Amino acid sequence: MTDATLRPAPNLLANGWVKAALILAAIVAAAMVAAKLDGSGTAYKVFIDPFVQMVELPDLLVQTLWEGLVTGVLYALIALGFVLIFKASGVFNFAQGIMVVFAALTLVGLHEKGVPAFLAVILTLGVMFVLAVTIERMVLRPLVNQPDIILFMATFGITYFLIGFGESVFGGNPKQMIAEQLYLPKGAIDLNILGGRVSLQKIDIAAAVIASIMIAALALFFQYTRIGRALRAVADSHKAALSVGISLNQIWVIVWFTAGIVALITGIMWGARSDVSFALEIVALKALPVLILGGFTSIPGAIVGGLIIGIGEKLGEFYWGPLIGGGIESWLAYFIALGFLLFRPQGLFGDKIIERI
Amino acid sequence: MNATAMNLTGEPIAAKAETKKGEVLLAVENISLRFGGVKAITDVSFDIRKGEVRAIIGPNGAGKTSMLNCINGFYHPQEGQITYKGVRRPRVKPHQAAADGIARTFQNVALFKGMSTLDNIMTGRTLKMHRNFFWQALRHGPAMTEEIEHRKKVEDIIDFLQIQHIRKLPVGKLPYGLQKRVELGRALAMEPELLLLDEPMAGMNLEEKEDMCRFILDVNSEFGTTIALIEHDMGVVMDLSDRVVVLEYGRKIADGTPAEVKADQKVIDAYLGVAH
Repeated sequence: MTDATLRPAPNLLANGWVKAALILAAIVAAAMVAAKLDGSGTAYKVFIDPFVQMVELPDLLVQTLWEGLVTGVLYALIALGFVLIFKASGVFNFAQGIMVVFAALTLVGLHEKGVPAFLAVILTLGVMFVLAVTIERMVLRPLVNQPDIILFMATFGITYFLIGFGESVFGGNPKQMIAEQLYLPKGAIDLNILGGRVSLQKIDIAAAVIASIMIAALALFFQYTRIGRALRAVADSHKAALSVGISLNQIWVIVWFTAGIVALITGIMWGARSDVSFALEIVALKALPVLILGGFTSIPGAIVGGLIIGIGEKLGEFYWGPLIGGGIESWLAYFIALGFLLFRPQGLFGDKIIERI
Repeated sequence: MNATAMNLTGEPIAAKAETKKGEVLLAVENISLRFGGVKAITDVSFDIRKGEVRAIIGPNGAGKTSMLNCINGFYHPQEGQITYKGVRRPRVKPHQAAADGIARTFQNVALFKGMSTLDNIMTGRTLKMHRNFFWQALRHGPAMTEEIEHRKKVEDIIDFLQIQHIRKLPVGKLPYGLQKRVELGRALAMEPELLLLDEPMAGMNLEEKEDMCRFILDVNSEFGTTIALIEHDMGVVMDLSDRVVVLEYGRKIADGTPAEVKADQKVIDAYLGVAH
């Protein structure tokens, strides 16, 4: 737009990455100086010792990274459910967590009633479809063209309905996921590397593989299909989407059903690692920092955000946790997310927030 | 639906219509629309003939946009009926109207802000793409051929509207005039038979207005698309349109060629006020 020759030299500090790198370098330098000057050795323990440990015991580092990776993939799966609905309706679906629990409970409940495992999976998918249609009919359709915050509040309603409904049908007790009947592998693979033994749970490997396939499939679906394009369109403007012949009702059923499928797979994977209970809903809230990190509208963002949170959490817990008595796993993610909000509110990969004034 | 707008003919209906420029494509008969106690439109009738540019004018709040909203199914009038291509259509839904070949633009641009110009215009092809989503996702086989074919149509539209340079930019970043043009592009991508334009030139400078006028006339003459437009700029209306319908307070006060309407005492009164 302006003549190139008239343009002033680029302001490097305006680039977020450069700024972040400089801040990081400053922190590292300050830490090194502090470690030298500090007599009690606290600074040494915080800033130097963990890294020394990482180098000296690489097998432990690999183990920790692996744990982090698997947790991260599972976080990414949950976050994916949120991203799907956010992309297609601009709404943060508070009910995604309970949908995970509900799907897993339905699956286990059906199996307890004597339904064969794989038939139970198909029936559960049917239940998720019915749920999607019901939500579209009873909640979304009457709220077309309402502000996003109204739809957000409606998802709270859905959450509490599903909690109550789930508890009255399946009871409140934790259940065992039918991992074996679904031919999910059990046991661990032990690897002797780097002078130590690293143990990989087979179920974790399966979870990572399945989640990766799922994520790839959804990314392709969103990027290249007619329906994918329509989904993105609906999120931006209801009336414009309608005017080019996109049926809102159909799109919403598709997107809630897809979120239901993701919920079921997430439920199976999380359930197989712990057990199936309403406590899973809280784990699902971990998706929030993941989304803040990766951006609410980006599927790759959900993956990268999930991995960063998962790995960051495990590293923090293992190397820095003991310094303050442990237990930092439960809040570190939110802490990282807060830092991100300050510098990059749209997340790593989110759509740029564009506002013409 | 696969044929282009050019070689589709509307079926002849209402006998009262003289076939000067073509048969009646859309007829609005005795429409009344109320929101609670507010009468937005009262007993309005007019028709749109195939191939013409029909302007709807009137002071603010005259019910012009409500009229377009009735035609493409956003609103459903309490009384009266709309006949499109000889078929009565009570309570038509917007996406059905789109499938029947009615495209539109909006008074306050309604684009998909986060998406590129190209993707925005591609959404206009939604109804024309039929391949299995599985193949689309894999970019393979017939779906790929289809995608290329549609992409070509969209590139033609981009060339036609001279917006090549903003093809990949997210539309939220574009200046208003260009956004309006992209919105027109999206409507054109639907290959509509009837194109509804709600103030296509609002907020534009003179140069942009002239460009837009040219595009509208070209669309009308090259593709044979019937156009109904709302516009406030009288000069534009007089230049572009074949016939003009004038609304005031939800009622029709005049209908005819630009020259007739311009000379109509009621229209002059509505626009300039009456001395009491």
